[in-house]
Amino acid sequence: MSVERISRRVFAGGIAALALARRAAAQGYAGLGESADGFARVTPGKTFAFPADHGPHPEFRIEWWYLTANLIDSSGAACGLQWTLFRQATQPGPQSEGWANQQVWMAHAAVTRADTHRFTEAFSRGGIGQAGVTAKPFAAWIDDWEMKGSERTDDRSLSPLTLKGAGADFSYALTLDADRSVVLQGDGGYSRKSERGQASYYYSQPFFRARGSLTIDDKPIEVSGQAWMDREWSSQPLDADQTGWDWLSLHLSSGDKLMLYRLRQKDGRDYPFGNWISAAGDTQMIAGSDIRMTPKATTEIAGRKLPVEWQIAIPSRSFSILCKPLNPKAWMGTGFAYWEGPISFAGTHDGVGYLELTGY
Amino acid sequence: MLVIRNLSKTFASAGEAVHVLRGVDLDLAAGERVALTGESGSGKSTLLHLIAGLDAADAGTIRLGDTEVTKLSDAGRAGLRRDRIGLVFQQYNLIPSLSVADNLAFQARIAGRHDAAWTRELVERLGLGGLLKRYPEQLSGGQQQRVAIGRALATKPSLLLADEPTGNLDEATADDVLALARDLVARTGCGFLMVTHSLHLAGTLDRHLTLHSGRIA
Amino acid sequence: MTRALWVLAVLLSHWRRHKMQFATLLIGLIAATALWSGVQAINQQARNAYDRAAATFGGARTAMLVAPDKATFSQDLFVKLRRAGWPVSPMLEGRVQINGRSMRLLGIEPVTLPADVGNAPRLGAADLTAFVAPPGQTLVARETLADLGEQEGAAPPISNGAKLPPLRVLPQLVPDVLVVDIGLAQLLLNKPDQMSRLLIGKPRGKPAPLQSVVGEQLLRVEPTAETELERLTDSFHLNLTAFGLLSFFVGLFIVNSAVGLAFEQRLPMLRTLRACGASARLVNTVLVVELVALALVAGLIGLVCGYFIAAALLPDVAASLRGLYGAQIPGQLTLRGEWWLGGIGISIAGALVAAATSLIKAVRMPVLATAQPRAWQQRQRRWLVLQGAAACATFAVALLLLHYGQSLIAGFGVLAALMLGAALILPALLEIILLIGQRSARKPLALWFWADSRQQLSGLSLALMALLLALAVNVGVSTMVGTFSRTFVGWLSGRLAADVYISASDNAQGLAIRSWLKQRSDVQAILSGGRAETLVRGEPVEVLGLPDHALYRERWPLLEATPRAWTELVPGNAAFISEQLSRRLNVRVGDVIEVPAPGGSWELDIVGIYADYGNPKGQLAVNVAALIRHFPQTPQTRMGLIVAKQNIPGLIADLRRQFALDDRSVADQATMRAESIRIFNRTFAVTSALNAFTLGVAGIALLTSLLTLANSRLPQLAPLWAIGLTRPRLAAIELTKTLSVALLTALLAVPLGLLVAWCLIAIVNVKAFGWRLPFHVFPLEIIELVVVALFASLLAAILPVARLARMQPANLVKVFANER
Repeated sequence: MSVERISRRVFAGGIAALALARRAAAQGYAGLGESADGFARVTPGKTFAFPADHGPHPEFRIEWWYLTANLIDSSGAACGLQWTLFRQATQPGPQSEGWANQQVWMAHAAVTRADTHRFTEAFSRGGIGQAGVTAKPFAAWIDDWEMKGSERTDDRSLSPLTLKGAGADFSYALTLDADRSVVLQGDGGYSRKSERGQASYYYSQPFFRARGSLTIDDKPIEVSGQAWMDREWSSQPLDADQTGWDWLSLHLSSGDKLMLYRLRQKDGRDYPFGNWISAAGDTQMIAGSDIRMTPKATTEIAGRKLPVEWQIAIPSRSFSILCKPLNPKAWMGTGFAYWEGPISFAGTHDGVGYLELTGY
Repeated sequence: MLVIRNLSKTFASAGEAVHVLRGVDLDLAAGERVALTGESGSGKSTLLHLIAGLDAADAGTIRLGDTEVTKLSDAGRAGLRRDRIGLVFQQYNLIPSLSVADNLAFQARIAGRHDAAWTRELVERLGLGGLLKRYPEQLSGGQQQRVAIGRALATKPSLLLADEPTGNLDEATADDVLALARDLVARTGCGFLMVTHSLHLAGTLDRHLTLHSGRIA
Repeated sequence: MTRALWVLAVLLSHWRRHKMQFATLLIGLIAATALWSGVQAINQQARNAYDRAAATFGGARTAMLVAPDKATFSQDLFVKLRRAGWPVSPMLEGRVQINGRSMRLLGIEPVTLPADVGNAPRLGAADLTAFVAPPGQTLVARETLADLGEQEGAAPPISNGAKLPPLRVLPQLVPDVLVVDIGLAQLLLNKPDQMSRLLIGKPRGKPAPLQSVVGEQLLRVEPTAETELERLTDSFHLNLTAFGLLSFFVGLFIVNSAVGLAFEQRLPMLRTLRACGASARLVNTVLVVELVALALVAGLIGLVCGYFIAAALLPDVAASLRGLYGAQIPGQLTLRGEWWLGGIGISIAGALVAAATSLIKAVRMPVLATAQPRAWQQRQRRWLVLQGAAACATFAVALLLLHYGQSLIAGFGVLAALMLGAALILPALLEIILLIGQRSARKPLALWFWADSRQQLSGLSLALMALLLALAVNVGVSTMVGTFSRTFVGWLSGRLAADVYISASDNAQGLAIRSWLKQRSDVQAILSGGRAETLVRGEPVEVLGLPDHALYRERWPLLEATPRAWTELVPGNAAFISEQLSRRLNVRVGDVIEVPAPGGSWELDIVGIYADYGNPKGQLAVNVAALIRHFPQTPQTRMGLIVAKQNIPGLIADLRRQFALDDRSVADQATMRAESIRIFNRTFAVTSALNAFTLGVAGIALLTSLLTLANSRLPQLAPLWAIGLTRPRLAAIELTKTLSVALLTALLAVPLGLLVAWCLIAIVNVKAFGWRLPFHVFPLEIIELVVVALFASLLAAILPVARLARMQPANLVKVFANER
């Protein structure tokens, strides 16, 4: 599951942040297939410790703090927003001070409505305070964007938090609240990416309730809804022959949450993964063989064909839905371009969520 | 072939109108050779210029074959001169920077009617064989006028107009040059209208007209 | 099409028979194009260099934040601003010495470097890691690599013992700049956590007001469309352009006379062509095509010549610009496609303009010649009156510009109007002089001499106008240059008061040298100096520290001062101001000026104004001790020594040995003087070269006009020959006439030239450089120029006259035989 996620974030975070280099995907998408030499390795059996693990893990190559929110405004119109902070280490080894620090930070922010999609990105070097993350009190920031806790913030639920992001023509400020603990994805937070052992550490907080304001073209609107935060770090998340991924986070109207993704391979095969999170916070992995992800309608953006509509079925759970994007043009034309936007779905279950498509 | 009716031309000179031509009528058949004489200022040259389209008439018509010269535009009259009229002047008007051979050929070339065989024949008949590489300033007046006649006839025009062609030549040379011109006109069958003040030369052509007070007497 | 080609062939045949005329036409076009495009090439080269400088990771084309006193500031301010939403990128600048060569070191931060401002060179994506991650890279221009004598990948040491990261070439960079990551720059310059300025990129949201973030610690400097370098060097390039333009017009004079004559001579040919049936439109079109084709060929040749002229002048130009403004221009000429196209374009446009009157005549020409020759006197009189009126109008424009104009362009406008007016009025003046001569003549031959000179005037006037302009400019420029060098040499001996000058690499070495010098008996005095930089009313200003020493009191070149200026300077609340800064800020003696300093604002009474030739920056001079009090960061590395003459070489040798100082760090007064004078001489080398070119072109104009006239003058001369004047006699008269007209012109050029010099000194220099020179006249040089002009005229006249002297009588007889 988090393989793809990883990749997705990684893709963006890693090399992107560093060099804005658009290398060919010969080594896996955006160079994610490089060897992890010198960096810490992801192994099963890690005991997560909070709040420490909310903070950065600079000994790993890549890491992110990733938040998506499905919101509605006072008129009931749907909208969504994204706030992502990526960290990538250019070199392994003990952390150097000041400008010599090896970390490079990158962030993306976006808001999406049915009629518009705005996005922007930010970059920073580590070591001087322009960007960074602290575990206690929790704070993740780059420039004037931040996701921040306070003394009241609970270590287990990472709540409450405030969130701020801004672009040239949009901005948002939210408060995030959750009454349940973060959820470890995969096998106790160990998320395998391939048969050959690539993996990441991965946990989420899918139970955030969000409230705040969203401003587009200087017109502020009050919004509320739900948000999903992913935390993931690794040193080599993608296999060399994996070309991209399709990832979904779904808020079911029943209160259950579902995380699904599909890693695409060069040979045309793909590997779906999934995790079902009950409304109470229990998780259950879903076998890949039990997941049917079928692209339906595509839309063409920036010369690429993107499957923005999906038919998804999990027969063992009598689950069958059709996902439709709020705005099919939710293209993130950033240094590393991809599609990410809010969706809604109906069928045996209904609800809202976020879809991410990379490597197209 | 050439039909002129009621042709008039007035010039303004020192604020006064000078009526040079006052209703000239003239007919010239194909192959006919006509001399035109008259006192100085009688309008001989003006008539010739109007026929050649070098100037525009005030009234009356000039018809050359089926073309009404008086109705042509500037460019049309230039085309008429180029293709159907040969002009010979008293001053020869050769191009000083072109050799005799090029002077002979250039009008025909501009007209797109260059005929090498015919040009050779002209050179032979005009006796210019040894002079082809010379330049006009290296020729005598008679030689220059022969080149001018050759140039005018190189396009095989239907009408040859000559304005005092022998005015700068001594009598013997004038006779020679005119004889050559007559022969060549006969050879090509074109009409020939020559302005001259020499009654002697006028008498050697088929017909002799006199212009007086702006009319053909 | 073939018809057009045949007409073209007939037209071209003319040139085969008039080779000299053809050569004249081509020479005119080539000269015009060559000088114009040569100057353009130099200007373009310089502008490219300024662009590169401006684009060097956010030069003046980018808005930025700086500390009010231009000092470095803490990195925390950068982080604060970023976290307040300010899209700023930091930069640290300093100087380092490599093998004794001083270079600008620029620390940049590539991740935040705004890509949307200016045209900063982009680091390739893959290069970024290499640039940032250890060991990092030093980006340099190819020229710098060559200057350092290093290969890519080398890591040369700098004077403080640190090693630069490996060198890598980034072609868009300017020479003499080393670009490294800001972290490395802080290490190399020993300025931990310090920054010199923050470049402002495109804001992502709405940043908080600047003051609310950093208070008064930083202020915003708006980008200028023009870089400071461009502003400073504008006058220099305008100067070049003015010369290029002048030469261009002189060249067009030649073209005009050649085309005019050729047209007159080809009139019968055009008539014959028309009589033989080539339409007017065809003939006119072919005439234009012929001209354009000639302009194309001449333009190409001119461009090649222009290239060589530019290549020959470039080293001097580069040296001038470096000496005067510190602008770095590569000595290797590189040209863009636009230059070639522009050159061809100007050649064609010039040819068309020069031939316009002839072409219009051709278009209006009736087939039948209407022989109505109007008396030449009548025509000439009307033409002189018209030109005289135009001249008066031009003079009026000059006066208006002089009175109301403020800018440098207006200054040049005054010059241009003055010269144009003078050129226009020249024929009328000559006519009056010749008329007076004619009236006073008694003998018939003398009468004819004057009358014929007058008749010749219309044919020669263009060439004479060209000669007048070239001479006046020469007189003007040589007067200015002479004035300048005389003033400058005097000023220099005042400024270079000490006998030996030392510049230590840092304060520690400065101290060591000082204590070492104190042990030396041959050092009579150590005069400390120092300079700091700040911004006064938004202008970058140098503050110079002067020691309180009798030598300075005696020699420092004060233009204006209070009676006790030097005494007032000592306590530290008074300053001298440089002439150019006083003009720029409009500050006089007795005014008070506020200077931002790290310790707070520093109020200074202005007690004197001094000449500071050659310094593009404004300068204030204060007592050195006061300077260090107010600018504690001032490096105490500069000092002057008073040493007996015979001890100087020994002392310098010892200093070099003891402290490993190079030529740049220690120099004696004589060397520095020679170096300064050399730089200033080179500044005007280009001007002088262009001057000579212009005079040469004017000479060609005269020659071609005379050649042109020579043919048409046969009908005038033949009757004289017929009544018994010998050909040599005729030739002598012709020569005398030409020379006397040229002499008259040259004499008229002298006052005009002095007026030009006055304009240059009192208007252009003041606007361009900010200083005004005393006006000196150099009569010997002027006489020399007049003689040179007469000699040039003699050379130009001698060929046609010699032809006349040797002319076959038959040709003269022909005049009577032929009409034409």
